[in-house]
Amino acid sequence: MKAERLNPALDRITRVRGVRGAMVVSADDGLVVADALMEGIRGNAVAALAGSLAARLGRAAAVTDAGGQRFVHLAAEGGALLLLAGSEGLLIVAVTDHHVNVGLARLEMQRAAEEIA
Amino acid sequence: MTAELARDPASLVFLQLGEALRLQRQLDAAARVARSGLERHPDRPDALDLYARVLADAGNRDGARETWEHVLTLAPRHVGALKGLAYLAYRERDYDAALDMLETALSEDPADQTVVLALQTARAAADRLDAEFRLRTGADIFAGIEGADHAILLLDARGLVLGGVLRDHRGLVVSEEVAAYIAGAAQEAERAARVLELGEWQTLECEGTDGHLHVSPPARDAILLVRRDRAVPAGRVALLARRAAAAAQAWLEAQAG
Repeated sequence: MKAERLNPALDRITRVRGVRGAMVVSADDGLVVADALMEGIRGNAVAALAGSLAARLGRAAAVTDAGGQRFVHLAAEGGALLLLAGSEGLLIVAVTDHHVNVGLARLEMQRAAEEIA
Repeated sequence: MTAELARDPASLVFLQLGEALRLQRQLDAAARVARSGLERHPDRPDALDLYARVLADAGNRDGARETWEHVLTLAPRHVGALKGLAYLAYRERDYDAALDMLETALSEDPADQTVVLALQTARAAADRLDAEFRLRTGADIFAGIEGADHAILLLDARGLVLGGVLRDHRGLVVSEEVAAYIAGAAQEAERAARVLELGEWQTLECEGTDGHLHVSPPARDAILLVRRDRAVPAGRVALLARRAAAAAQAWLEAQAG
């Protein structure tokens, strides 16, 4: 996987109003594969948390017959953390403020996932 | 009645006399009359029933129970003994046993209004107890909300189930296993929101290939999970989750009160 494919895909996500950063994370170990983050966002921590969150939710989803995870939306007072399952065990991650259009951000995350597949 | 009994010690008037004394709360005198009658009529169910009632009024429940049980060995459908044992069961909050005995008594004497009234009282008590139990155990927290019997779960922050139930596609209860994972996910959500300086987390939604999970904290140290099939739109899942959260909050407040 080349950086020239990852970075433009992430840049398109960050162009969505309200998105503060986007990353590609390895779901298994929570490590950063590529990122495009605003200053002040701790990429390594976000990646680790995203991986852990996805893993725990994934187990709950499996037990409850919800199937494989496709999209996770953590909403908080001041913004959101969005995770989208990509191919090859990768997660597309976006950190947003609370003004974001989640549907639009998700669309760009989906496109990014398809591009890097 | 006393004079009549003095004239004829074998008379059955002791039954009326003993009952009259019992109703006047002259329990020692009532007990003497009943014991005296039993000396002449040891296996007469009415006499034993009278004695049992006096014992019960005097607070000797074990003695009353033993005597009424003896009556039932002599007359298995004796209404007085059934009513007496039902009363003892009622006092011990064993409402099912009380109802069983009262229904048997009513079938023996459908015109006995004391049995009818006792049945009403016991049924009301049984209903209250059932309502208390359901409130305490959380069995009815989500009654009336779509998926309440298989797809809504309330747990505490440690992953222990508080109420509701989650079943898999086979109908098997998976509440405890899911609660453990969801509590972990909620901890991660709280941590992620803190690290990213997003403030308090509000909802955690997971869209799977076959279903949705919607997780939220309806109160401090409580976590709510709503699961719906993939065919249910995410907005509707969120609406259901809000209704479930309101029900959970009401239940948690009732518990705290």
